[in-house]
Amino acid sequence: MFGLDKKDASLLLIVAALVAFAPFLLNPFPEGSAMAQFNAGYPDLMQRFVIFGIFAIGFNILFGLTGYLSFGHAAFLGVGSYAAVWMFKLLSMNVLPAIILAVITSGIFALVIGYVSLRRSGIYFSILTLAFAQMSFALAYSVLTPITGGETGLQLALDDPRIFGSATTAEGNIPVPGLFGLEMRDSSELVLGNWVFTFNVGYYFAAIVMLLSFYLAIRIFRSPFGMMLRAVKSNQQRLNYTGLNPRPYTLAAFVISGMYAGLAGGLMASMDPLAGAERMFWTASGEVVLMTILGGVGTLIGPVLGAGMIKYMENIISKINSDILHGWFAFLPDGLEDLVVTMIYPFIGKGWHLTLGIVFMLVVIFLPGGLVEGGQRVAKLFGRKKTDEPKSAKTEPAE
Amino acid sequence: MDAIILQILNGLDKGSAYALIALGLTLIFGTLGVVNFAHGALFMIGAFCAVTLSRLLSLSHEVAIPGQTDFLGNPATRDVPYVFDIFGETVGASIIDWAVPLSILFAIPIMILVGVVMERGLIKHFYKRPHADQILVTFGLAIVLQEIIKYYYGANPIPTPAPAAFTGSFDFGAVIGFDPNTIIYPYWRLVYFAFAAVIIGAVFAFLQFTTFGMVVRAGMADRETVGLLGINIDKRFTIMFGLAAAVAGLAGVMYTPINSPNYHMGMDFLVLSFVVVVVGGMGSLPGAVLAGFLLGILESFASMREVIDIIPGINQVIIYLVAIVILLTRPRGLMGRKGVMED
Repeated sequence: MFGLDKKDASLLLIVAALVAFAPFLLNPFPEGSAMAQFNAGYPDLMQRFVIFGIFAIGFNILFGLTGYLSFGHAAFLGVGSYAAVWMFKLLSMNVLPAIILAVITSGIFALVIGYVSLRRSGIYFSILTLAFAQMSFALAYSVLTPITGGETGLQLALDDPRIFGSATTAEGNIPVPGLFGLEMRDSSELVLGNWVFTFNVGYYFAAIVMLLSFYLAIRIFRSPFGMMLRAVKSNQQRLNYTGLNPRPYTLAAFVISGMYAGLAGGLMASMDPLAGAERMFWTASGEVVLMTILGGVGTLIGPVLGAGMIKYMENIISKINSDILHGWFAFLPDGLEDLVVTMIYPFIGKGWHLTLGIVFMLVVIFLPGGLVEGGQRVAKLFGRKKTDEPKSAKTEPAE
Repeated sequence: MDAIILQILNGLDKGSAYALIALGLTLIFGTLGVVNFAHGALFMIGAFCAVTLSRLLSLSHEVAIPGQTDFLGNPATRDVPYVFDIFGETVGASIIDWAVPLSILFAIPIMILVGVVMERGLIKHFYKRPHADQILVTFGLAIVLQEIIKYYYGANPIPTPAPAAFTGSFDFGAVIGFDPNTIIYPYWRLVYFAFAAVIIGAVFAFLQFTTFGMVVRAGMADRETVGLLGINIDKRFTIMFGLAAAVAGLAGVMYTPINSPNYHMGMDFLVLSFVVVVVGGMGSLPGAVLAGFLLGILESFASMREVIDIIPGINQVIIYLVAIVILLTRPRGLMGRKGVMED
């Protein structure tokens, strides 16, 4: 199906099903119950799951296949966002031209940076990309303020030209991004008993884009080109000796993964039409590294899982405060309750980064293949039949 | 002319910090071959050693003031630090005043301990793994350390003043024959530069003139042969890691009066000091020092108004530009050994 073998096709179908039913799956707890705060089925967060999924899939094409660790990938995401917002300002509020321009701009950007950075490998490559990204961040923050909006970020205004659209809505407000009349922030709700499920146009649009880019990633992984990239990772010298120049392949991988990042940036701007320089800061680049490693580098589904897990932690675990903890452990005797709460407290709420750091270190130390490898090991423990090809062993979402 | 001297002076203190951090980084790379992304966190821990000591010294208890009552009629009290009880009022007050320099003594054992624990507990297991794994695990460690500090000390910068004797500025221009008030330079920055020079000198002297240092240098050149001669080189390298951590920590301690420490100061310095190491040459100690001062001074020249007017934004990117040019034209860095990490 679609030029995929049976295993990949079923993986794609499972992901498609999960993404399509995410509003149900992520809302397992009824409204108003004590567990309702763990529901992740609200549009804003679901959009972030798929958008960062795209970002991580793209990063994985570079790092997972070629082994080049870029520490400056957020720059492409930032460039994509800026490009998309400029399209909203100049052209119209339709998201399609905005996203297309975002992908093209970040592709060109990646071509320039990649051409220079890929002259070196290993840690030098990491530092070169880091230097370029920090430069872009610093420039976007200071000198390029007319283009980027500087510290306040790039925002839409009432007096933007918008040649093909209307500058203002009938009520005199700034119009919202949409796709041929469908507004990205439109949602419809489905109430079933105590459960409330939200279906958001923007989410489904982003989800379709994500499925397309996931499909493309599978094709790249299984193509001769992907095989070439893996050859770069496993032994570049041997590749040189066989008379092949690895540079065009790595550059192509770099540009593709930069375009993925630009696509994610463009989508981000389509959901919420602003762009700020902080999206390009090097810790943002570090975040996508965390996502990819956490999920499983070099695997197809891993980066998406990692992105989902980190965004879930960022939005849900960070909301837990000490009152909620006290509520959970109320069944314990008073002294013990306080002790347990004090012990857990540093890891939740504002301290979720600490949990993230520890989990990340544990994964790097013990599970270099990330969650996917963990899933495979667990699967191996329970059933011996699935030992031959474990690529799709883990299918449940991280949430 | 005076503007140029002023910019050189301004570059010195930042350059000293870069040089000290980069020195430790390159020491670790040269000895253990590990790329330590947690080195900025060590700098930050050092700064928080100073914060901790100054808090410990000002721990106080309430003492009733005889014959006075507050507006509710209770006996009025005032806080008296414990150091006053031990050393008397005047000595106690100056101890509190000198908390930052005293933290040097406090920080050295702590930083060496932190460094040794880090090396034995974590980094030891990563010698055989690729550089990417080392970067990732130390990056994770940096996040963890920074979050622990944030949990205990909060997210806001904590002002930690220098001793009163060093708080003013001094008129450097008048000393070397310019008009008064043309070159004004804070005392503490001068102290910082002198301190950095002493530390750098001490590290070099230690490596050059002691038997221990000789063995370490031999190990950097050829680890295997030194091991075959019956020397336990791993143990010495562990100690060098502790030493590198102490250098970074001391850089942090003395930096607190210049910039109030906060939990992400390590990450802020990390990227720049990596760039410094790369410019100087991975594993080259003199290169790290040279590049640290060079880039610090370049940065302060680039932030002169006249320069910014010609090339806007140059002050933000000059360091990265230099690094990119160096990496592309001379990948082993200014003073790197031929053949080390040149690909």
